[in-house]
Amino acid sequence: MTSQALALLELGVILFALGICGRVAGRFGMSPIPLYLLGGLAFGRGGFIDLQAATEFGHIASEIGVVLLLLLLGLEYTAPELMTGLRRSWGAGVLDLVANALPGAAVALIMGWGVLGAVVLGGVTYISSSGIVAKVLDDLGRLGNRETPVVLSILVFEDLAMAVYLPILTMMLAGLSLLSGLISLAVALATVTVVLVIALRFGRVVSAVVDSVDREVFLLQLLGAALLVAGAASALNVSAAVGAFLLGIAISGSTAHEAAKLLEPLRDLFAAIFFVAFGLSIDPTAIPPVFAWAVALAVVTTGTKIAVGWWAASRQGIRRMGRARAGAALVARGEFSIVIAGLAVAYGKADAQLAALASAYVLLMAILGPIAARVVEPVVEFLRRRSGVATS
Amino acid sequence: MNVDVTALPGIGVRKDFEVRSGRRVGVVAHRDGDIDLIVSKPDDPDAIAAQVPLSTDEASVLANLLGAPQLVAKLNDDHRDLPGITTRQLAIVDESPYAGRTLGETGMRTRTKTSIVAVMRAGQLHPSPGPDFTFTEGDLLVVVGTPDGLEAAAKILVHG
Repeated sequence: MTSQALALLELGVILFALGICGRVAGRFGMSPIPLYLLGGLAFGRGGFIDLQAATEFGHIASEIGVVLLLLLLGLEYTAPELMTGLRRSWGAGVLDLVANALPGAAVALIMGWGVLGAVVLGGVTYISSSGIVAKVLDDLGRLGNRETPVVLSILVFEDLAMAVYLPILTMMLAGLSLLSGLISLAVALATVTVVLVIALRFGRVVSAVVDSVDREVFLLQLLGAALLVAGAASALNVSAAVGAFLLGIAISGSTAHEAAKLLEPLRDLFAAIFFVAFGLSIDPTAIPPVFAWAVALAVVTTGTKIAVGWWAASRQGIRRMGRARAGAALVARGEFSIVIAGLAVAYGKADAQLAALASAYVLLMAILGPIAARVVEPVVEFLRRRSGVATS
Repeated sequence: MNVDVTALPGIGVRKDFEVRSGRRVGVVAHRDGDIDLIVSKPDDPDAIAAQVPLSTDEASVLANLLGAPQLVAKLNDDHRDLPGITTRQLAIVDESPYAGRTLGETGMRTRTKTSIVAVMRAGQLHPSPGPDFTFTEGDLLVVVGTPDGLEAAAKILVHG
């Protein structure tokens, strides 16, 4: 068999298997991300079946997957939304950052993965999955709830924090010297600032450049622009993902809606390949030794997220049940934790065990998050009845 | 009536207000144009008891159901001192021959001596529609005239 035929066969098998995973996930109302990861683990190095021919395509496809994930995240927000979100939720946002990044960083230091490992794992445990959270809120009919804006503005803060964090991480992973590191950090922060200003002032111009009535032209221009910006950002060591995120923010109004509609299926395809590729790069035999740590982190960071949501909601004068709902909604981690861990793997700077721990952690949290959001009300009700305290 | 408008970053806007019973009623307007009707729980004002997704057509039908009766009642009130004049709301139903045709084509005024004073569409009031106003299915017409004239007008709108 030619290598081309083999690669096509393998890709076909992978995509079809992903489709089945997605169907299973949909049946149980859970996010397909953990299943994609498991699929990657099963087929990767040291897994059940070794798929090597398709990895070449998988590599570039997963890069595109990350770019599209972040581009669509940027498209979801308008620049004014980001600004008001930042103003309103910075207190809760900072608490969220400290409370949820610390456990990850601490475990990395204990395991002896150094400062870089601490920065990576802290990011992994910090960032909630806005995709999973938004979907769960919609599925549970909680969009109109009073605590929902609190949850969403914390997510906005996290996504903005990521725009600052990713360039710093990229710089550290690239192993730049302190001076050149500081220079590229300054470039990165300046770029983020400039793009936000452009988005606030001239969002229409950016939209007009990529916009087109013809779907085909629009798609090509959008993807072209996204990959151009991502490539340029990558060359500046700013991180390709952040470039795409900022482009997404700069595109606004009806253009953004159309773009999101057009790119969604593409994102789903390439992001799925990205999750599988990440799973493929993990040696499953590295997971059991760190699994206990993953469980410990999952327990601690479930608690910290609930505490952050509780506190943020209480500041808005929301009652106990609403506070508990806000906290539980934030628990899910997913695609962005994988983006961070994947970046470390791509630069070859991640300990095999660190990558394994990150994937085990995300597996747990992507499953736990939606469950926590669902069971929080009965649990709080049960606790209240046992202790006899009125919910007010 | 104070309508609270709350931005939901990445999703859309929530607009709701508190009704007399203490419950909140309103909509979540998604960015892609979908609308959810929301009603809060009676025992937990922070939480939503029902979140009903409505298509654009469904939302406009609901808006007409809620909005038109008040208008008719008000017009009837205004015409109280004009004996023999009443107001009725007549709908452009699915099988009406005038869905997609203009007000002028109905010849309503010449045929029945009634006048169409307003059209409710998607909860929006279009006052004093001109002869070139095009009806669509689901419009509610507010018609003023004598009882006989209104009876004739209703027949015309259904059967042509």
